[in-house]
Amino acid sequence: MADDRYPEKQVCISGVGQSAVGRPADKSALRLTVDACLQAIADAGLKIADIDGLTTFPGPSGDAGGFSPVGATETMFALGLTPTWIGASTEGHAHMGAIFSAIQAIASGLCRHVLVFRTVAQATARAVARDSTLMGGAAVPGQRARGGNAWTIPFNAVSAVNLYALYAQAYFHKYHATAEQLGAIAVNSRRMAYFNPNAIYRTPLTIDEYLESRVISSPLRLYDCDTHIDGSTALLFSHRDAAKDLARPPISIEAMGMSLGGIGIGLHRGDFTSLPSDLAGNMLWSRTDLKPSDVDVAQIYDGFSILTLLWMESLKLCGRGEAAAFVAGGARIGLGGELPLNTSGGQLSAGRFHGYGHTYEACLQLWGRGGERQVADARVCAVSNGGFGYGALLLKRD
Amino acid sequence: MNRPLDGIKIVEVATRNLPALERDTAFFWKAGAEGRLLISRCGACGRYQHPPLPHCPSCASDAVSPAPVSGRGRVATFTVNHQRWTAGLEVPFVFAAVELEEQSELYVFTNIIGCAVDEVRIGMPVSVCFERHDDVFLPMFQPGKGDG
Repeated sequence: MADDRYPEKQVCISGVGQSAVGRPADKSALRLTVDACLQAIADAGLKIADIDGLTTFPGPSGDAGGFSPVGATETMFALGLTPTWIGASTEGHAHMGAIFSAIQAIASGLCRHVLVFRTVAQATARAVARDSTLMGGAAVPGQRARGGNAWTIPFNAVSAVNLYALYAQAYFHKYHATAEQLGAIAVNSRRMAYFNPNAIYRTPLTIDEYLESRVISSPLRLYDCDTHIDGSTALLFSHRDAAKDLARPPISIEAMGMSLGGIGIGLHRGDFTSLPSDLAGNMLWSRTDLKPSDVDVAQIYDGFSILTLLWMESLKLCGRGEAAAFVAGGARIGLGGELPLNTSGGQLSAGRFHGYGHTYEACLQLWGRGGERQVADARVCAVSNGGFGYGALLLKRD
Repeated sequence: MNRPLDGIKIVEVATRNLPALERDTAFFWKAGAEGRLLISRCGACGRYQHPPLPHCPSCASDAVSPAPVSGRGRVATFTVNHQRWTAGLEVPFVFAAVELEEQSELYVFTNIIGCAVDEVRIGMPVSVCFERHDDVFLPMFQPGKGDG
């Protein structure tokens, strides 16, 4: 497909980095950020002086309970960068909003090499106050709920799990899906995490252990929920013309997709069995000649396991209402299966790097650096992030 | 923290974090004082919109205003929350999306009360009642069509 109509086709990923995972970490959030960023720059074979753009999601104004403790500004100072452009993406397409901004900055000619990072310190925040990660100040007695939170928090739906449980219940009801089917997501993640030295939970999990785990918000159980960590991931995006002689072969951004909406902002449309991520999926496939059947490996958002099922359907990796049956038993999504899924262990087992771990893992797989979890001859990887704002990438090894 | 005296039990009582009474939404939280459920409705195209917006996103009219509805609906989806997120939070409880009978996909988030948590089903008919907390009347829903 013609390159010049699509900004993402002028951009590639040239390097990646990730700090050690911690629960909690023994380093500051800024130190973790510097670790990840320096790794990504070195990974690409670039120098500090080459980096002319820096951005993050959501930036420090989005911080509460360790959700976003580090901003682009302090990272710029810590790294000694003098970028042309820095920014943060609080609104918009959530996790990948910063990635889409970076792509636009590069394609428009403003920058050549943009570092995009995401840092979380939710494990540290929870070590101080266990309820610090509840939504919208729900842990502060007497504080009034505002905006979108006003429609849920007064009814004691103070955790995101309560919101996504509504989708899981409706999905189970409409498609006759079962806990055993959904549990395959958590079991698969743990099986993958066993091969990821930087995953937080690596002990194998059986489907029986899953089914015996406590229900948090029905039908979602403990192992359907991701795990708060401290950690940082950095992704280096470069103009294709500036990436020809770098350390690694560039990873092409074959297509991107984005959309917004859903329960997190109070508004809701549909019958709770699909997300507005469908629009991101449609956009993604409208920008490439590749087909869902060309995807060799998928890193699909798993803040909660049900999101993975809904995203798989949005990305047309399986038919509507078919995701639960697709993942059941785990064979089709395992390393030898037709669609190896969340090969790092995802957020359920590797830890809540909050979307950026998925893109990081996608790059490792496409570069053949997956170690014992490497998918043989992985050439095309689908990545998705988000539960309120939605972003998807189709990445390709040239 | 000091220990309580021997034999003296301190009971944690959770209070709900109430909604802020904001300019475009306060009517929804106050209408229960008159035993009514009010939903924002467009005077031009007739569509209901919840949560309320100061402009009709369907037909672009500004003629939106609160309108009374029956308070009847069905459980579109729900969850039984078991986790005690904050000290004293009473669990289990049901959090649900109720689809009001006036319009398809017109949802109100709420708690289902007045029945055991394991009696709640998708599709179950429910009707509104109100819980007063300070200056807010939270619309809750209980089983039944509300005509008894």
